[in-house]
Amino acid sequence: MPALKVEHLAKTFPLKRPLFGAAPPGAHAVRPMSFQVETGETLGIVGESGCGKSTLARMLVGLLEPTGGTIEIEGKALGSASPAVFGKLIQYVFQDPQSSLNPRRTIRQVMEAPLKRLHGMPKPDRDKRIAEIFASVNLREEFLDRYPHEFSGGQAQRIGIARALAASPRIIVLDEPVSALDVSVQAQVLNLLSDLKARFGLTYLFITHDLAVVEAVSERVAVLYFGAIVEIGRAERIFASPRHPYTSLLAKSAPVVGRSLTAPEQKGSELPDPLNPPPGCAFAGRCRRATELCRAREPELKQMGENQLAACHHPLEH
Amino acid sequence: MGGYILKRLVSAVPVLFGITVIVFLIMSLIPGDPATAILGSYATPENVEKLNRDLGLDKPMVQRYFIWLGNMLTGDFGRSFSLNRPVIDVVLERFNATMILAGTSFVLCSILGILAGVVSATRQYGLADKAITFVVLIGISVPSFFLGMMLILLFAVNLRWLPVSGMYAIYGGGDLPDLIRHLIMPALALAAVATGVIARLSRSAMLEVLRQDYVRTARANGVSERRVIMGHALRVAMVSIFPVLGIQAGFVLSGAVYVEIVFQWPGVGRMLVDAILTRDLLLVQGGVVFVAACYVLFNIAVDVAQCLLDPRIKT
Amino acid sequence: MSAFLALLFRNRLAAMGLAVIAVILLLAMATPLLPLHDPDVIATADRFMRPLSEGRLLGTDHLGRDLLSRLLHGTRLSLAVGIAAALIAAVIGSAIGIVAGYFGGRTDNVVMRGVDMLMAFPYILLALAIVAALGPGLMNALIAVAAVNVPFFARNIRGITVGLAGREFIDAARLAGMGHTRIILTELLPNVLPVIVIAMSTTVGWMILETAGLSFLGLGSQPPQADLGSMLGEARSAMISHPHTSIVPGLMIFLIVMSINLLGDGVRDALDPRLRSGALSRPRATTLVRRQGATPPATDDLLAVQDLRTEFQVGKRNYRAVGGVSLAVKPGESLGVIGESGSGKSVTALSVMGLVASPPGAITGGAVRFQGEDLIGAPYEALRQKRGDRVAYVFQDPLATLHPLYRVGQQLTETIRSHRNLSKSEARMRAIQLLNDVRIPNAERRVDDYPHEMSGGMRQRVGIAMALANEPDVIIADEPTTALDVTVQAQILCLLDDLRRERGLAIIFITHDFGVVAQLCDRIAVMYAGRIVEEGPTQAVLGAPAHPYTRRLIACVPELGGGRRELAAIPGLPPVLDDLPPGCAFAPRCTKAEESCRQGEIPLQGPALHAVRCLFPERAP
Repeated sequence: MPALKVEHLAKTFPLKRPLFGAAPPGAHAVRPMSFQVETGETLGIVGESGCGKSTLARMLVGLLEPTGGTIEIEGKALGSASPAVFGKLIQYVFQDPQSSLNPRRTIRQVMEAPLKRLHGMPKPDRDKRIAEIFASVNLREEFLDRYPHEFSGGQAQRIGIARALAASPRIIVLDEPVSALDVSVQAQVLNLLSDLKARFGLTYLFITHDLAVVEAVSERVAVLYFGAIVEIGRAERIFASPRHPYTSLLAKSAPVVGRSLTAPEQKGSELPDPLNPPPGCAFAGRCRRATELCRAREPELKQMGENQLAACHHPLEH
Repeated sequence: MGGYILKRLVSAVPVLFGITVIVFLIMSLIPGDPATAILGSYATPENVEKLNRDLGLDKPMVQRYFIWLGNMLTGDFGRSFSLNRPVIDVVLERFNATMILAGTSFVLCSILGILAGVVSATRQYGLADKAITFVVLIGISVPSFFLGMMLILLFAVNLRWLPVSGMYAIYGGGDLPDLIRHLIMPALALAAVATGVIARLSRSAMLEVLRQDYVRTARANGVSERRVIMGHALRVAMVSIFPVLGIQAGFVLSGAVYVEIVFQWPGVGRMLVDAILTRDLLLVQGGVVFVAACYVLFNIAVDVAQCLLDPRIKT
Repeated sequence: MSAFLALLFRNRLAAMGLAVIAVILLLAMATPLLPLHDPDVIATADRFMRPLSEGRLLGTDHLGRDLLSRLLHGTRLSLAVGIAAALIAAVIGSAIGIVAGYFGGRTDNVVMRGVDMLMAFPYILLALAIVAALGPGLMNALIAVAAVNVPFFARNIRGITVGLAGREFIDAARLAGMGHTRIILTELLPNVLPVIVIAMSTTVGWMILETAGLSFLGLGSQPPQADLGSMLGEARSAMISHPHTSIVPGLMIFLIVMSINLLGDGVRDALDPRLRSGALSRPRATTLVRRQGATPPATDDLLAVQDLRTEFQVGKRNYRAVGGVSLAVKPGESLGVIGESGSGKSVTALSVMGLVASPPGAITGGAVRFQGEDLIGAPYEALRQKRGDRVAYVFQDPLATLHPLYRVGQQLTETIRSHRNLSKSEARMRAIQLLNDVRIPNAERRVDDYPHEMSGGMRQRVGIAMALANEPDVIIADEPTTALDVTVQAQILCLLDDLRRERGLAIIFITHDFGVVAQLCDRIAVMYAGRIVEEGPTQAVLGAPAHPYTRRLIACVPELGGGRRELAAIPGLPPVLDDLPPGCAFAPRCTKAEESCRQGEIPLQGPALHAVRCLFPERAP
């Protein structure tokens, strides 16, 4: 049984009705998508700004109601349950560690909330549990009575992770957990996350825009473009031998020491307009391989090689 | 742009409608029988009943409201019993005087306030800043009616430079210089608070903007400091100053009530206070609705100007 | 709380306001106990006695009533009514604002429509209408003043709440299983409360004034009871003959309102964290220079930063952001400055043309020489003429660094015309040419766009076009691609590289990304805690890093193609810049550090090309 199973999950943001005329169809932030994550796996989700990765994350933890599709965690379907029901099964680590902590509450108050509200734990048990969690994320207990502004970014992010752990979830959604941190601190947090996963048997969804990071931490990676998965496959294969031209473009764009500077794409191409999506493949406008077929019909995710799926009419060959 | 103006005008309709509802509801809070209040000692049961019928007070409230609204839409605001004239005539005449006073004050406080704020911000912690801050502090703390009285004592009674009160001299007045001589003190008294508020706001808006990255960019491009402040910074500061000008216009209009009393200015504010004291309710109702409606239209004008100022606002 | 009071009292004006209002409040509270005349006893024989008369400290009014006694009783009444109105308005208005702001959507829409409706009245009309309906009287005036102020609180608090409700900690609270009521009470309210206190302290004076105003009009307190407003109203008819009866209550209102305003400003400043750090001060046109020590001699470099020191003075703390940095570029050369946040790389870059915000920043030592001429402490006009003309900048976030209200063409022409005598139309032609140069499609049309109408990549191209506008000799690019997506970043980097080669520009490239410097730069300087710890040709530094920090930092960065793995990390945190350790700043995190690393100045040394600031470098350079 997979830890997380998502089927046809979609989100459309309604637009304001204009003064005259009918309401527009809405902005498609996430187009119907399906995937599953096995227990103990890390699924990396990469994409550029506006690809819908944060919308997806917020739907998975129940902060945003999907417009369609289902979310199943360990076989249990979560309909339009409240975040409190989601909270025991799936938790969220935010991108900006400082703004995810209430500036006027002590760390202890922050840590106690999930234990008290989600698990109804009595005070002595809570203290014990908080001590355990803090030890596991390498934070000193004396930090508990301080306020968020007293911590550096790396420490605050560990507190954010500790809070997510306190709910004893099965799955943690990590939304760009290290992109606000300096590289030397980033590695500390990534290694901690990997330890915790092994120790508590967690399942991760790791959302990021950094290909090198996602490759270093994930078993499988899904590439998002314009609200849809365009390719999904094993982390070590997907960037080395991408089948979708967009994945290939991403991999070639990342600056790498020792590779000379080439713009993989010379045109000043821009993302398609979410209010007015193109009829066929959303990437067709930027793609050198695009044909009439691409502009007319949207490709579906198809098996391409072992454990790799891509949505492309003319996939790259290797 | 035309579409935007139309949109704002359309959106004003429910606001105007709401205003009439609020005024009507407040007025129907009046305890006791308005006819008795109007008739006072002439109140015989027959008279009260007749007046109630004349005023339509024997009908249900919702019906009364729509009759009143319908009449107003055709320009019939009823008749002021204390002045024995149509309400609309009185209001228009008085509103004209108020507009002269409040309009002058509004222009004065906008210009002085923004100027003071900009000078204050660009000389932060300097002598000019401190002096302006001090004057502004006094300006926003002194009640306009007290300030008006002190101005009269100083300039009219002691120095005899300006007339004590009124809008025109009783004998031989009536021309523009005469009006201006009468206007100086009330306009100043009325502008004081709003000038202070606008100056403070302009100062902090300028300070906020001067810290922004695009100001640094302009400096990095070698744009002269004068252009940086009067062009780049003030332009953006105006975006946050503008809505406050709209609000302050309401405050100036409000303060006009006090100043009109102190200076015996024949404006709509004095009329309203007199009407309340004589319980001339149709005059109160009509005056309030009329002035509020004008204020709503003024605010639409502010919004449109704001939209011209800031291209980021979706039209 | 004690920190708040300390801050409040440090503001002398606020302390003065507090003292005055405290005295007035004490007097008002003690009024019934003081040996005063009865305020309402009429003695027409004693009317209009002047102040300081026998037994009448402030004289008497038109009915011979004791003015001092009436003043104190009136003050009592005015304060009570004003404060009560403020409390009522604050409680009701804030509750409406919080509910509307937190729930948003339809609730918000309905509630705020109502509030807007009330705010569509000039406030006095509403107050007059309420008083007209309820009849004149002090209680009714109180209700009217409270009622007209509710919308102000509601709108103000709603705005703050909307901002807070969108913050991530509210999401986190929902995920922790908290319900709406609990979130409002325990997560939102503590954050909104300071704003409510500020709004109250800045409006209570206003409300006292308003109730006094209604009484002045004869619509508030009714005789014989008198608050300050009605005292003034009654005295008005005798103002010319006996001014003291007007001046006494008028001055009292003024004193009360002014002291409350002073106190309110103090409270606001003490509670507003932005003001706490002194951040809300205006940066000058150029960075302050407080240079100590000798100025280094000129060199033949195009642009040379010599032993530059830049510090930030915040309160009593002195942050040494840049502590003696030397860099130089020759024509056509590109130098990468790399470091983590707080390493001083951006401050170094901004110091070159005096663009560090000051206060709080100040350049305290060293020199910046452009073709030998020292720019530090140069007259403003000399500096301005070089800014954007000889040395130009490209900044990080193009949305924040372009002016939001000017079309990009206007910004380009302004930059050109600040340095050249071109007509508007010539400058516009040049602007279009520049947009073409940075490969913006449809330049003739895009020149009239506003920045918000462009994508991030296009905006950064405009930023680069602006830097190129006057054909500078040096471009300083401060993290120009950090805010961009990778595919866009690749395009921008290519563009910069092409332009540099075409035009023989020198580029100083500030970044935290090794991949970026490796692809773009001839030489690299690595910064840590305000100093350069290693400098040399790109290949040498990246291939054989000599400083332990450089080596370990490179190891921290995951590289694409490395597969799933454990990443190297540097334990500990960078030092705080107001308390730097003696010796090597990296020593506390360094595995090779010895006693000698923790003391004394460690020089940047080694062969001319590859220098390192370390006593035990990784490999003899």
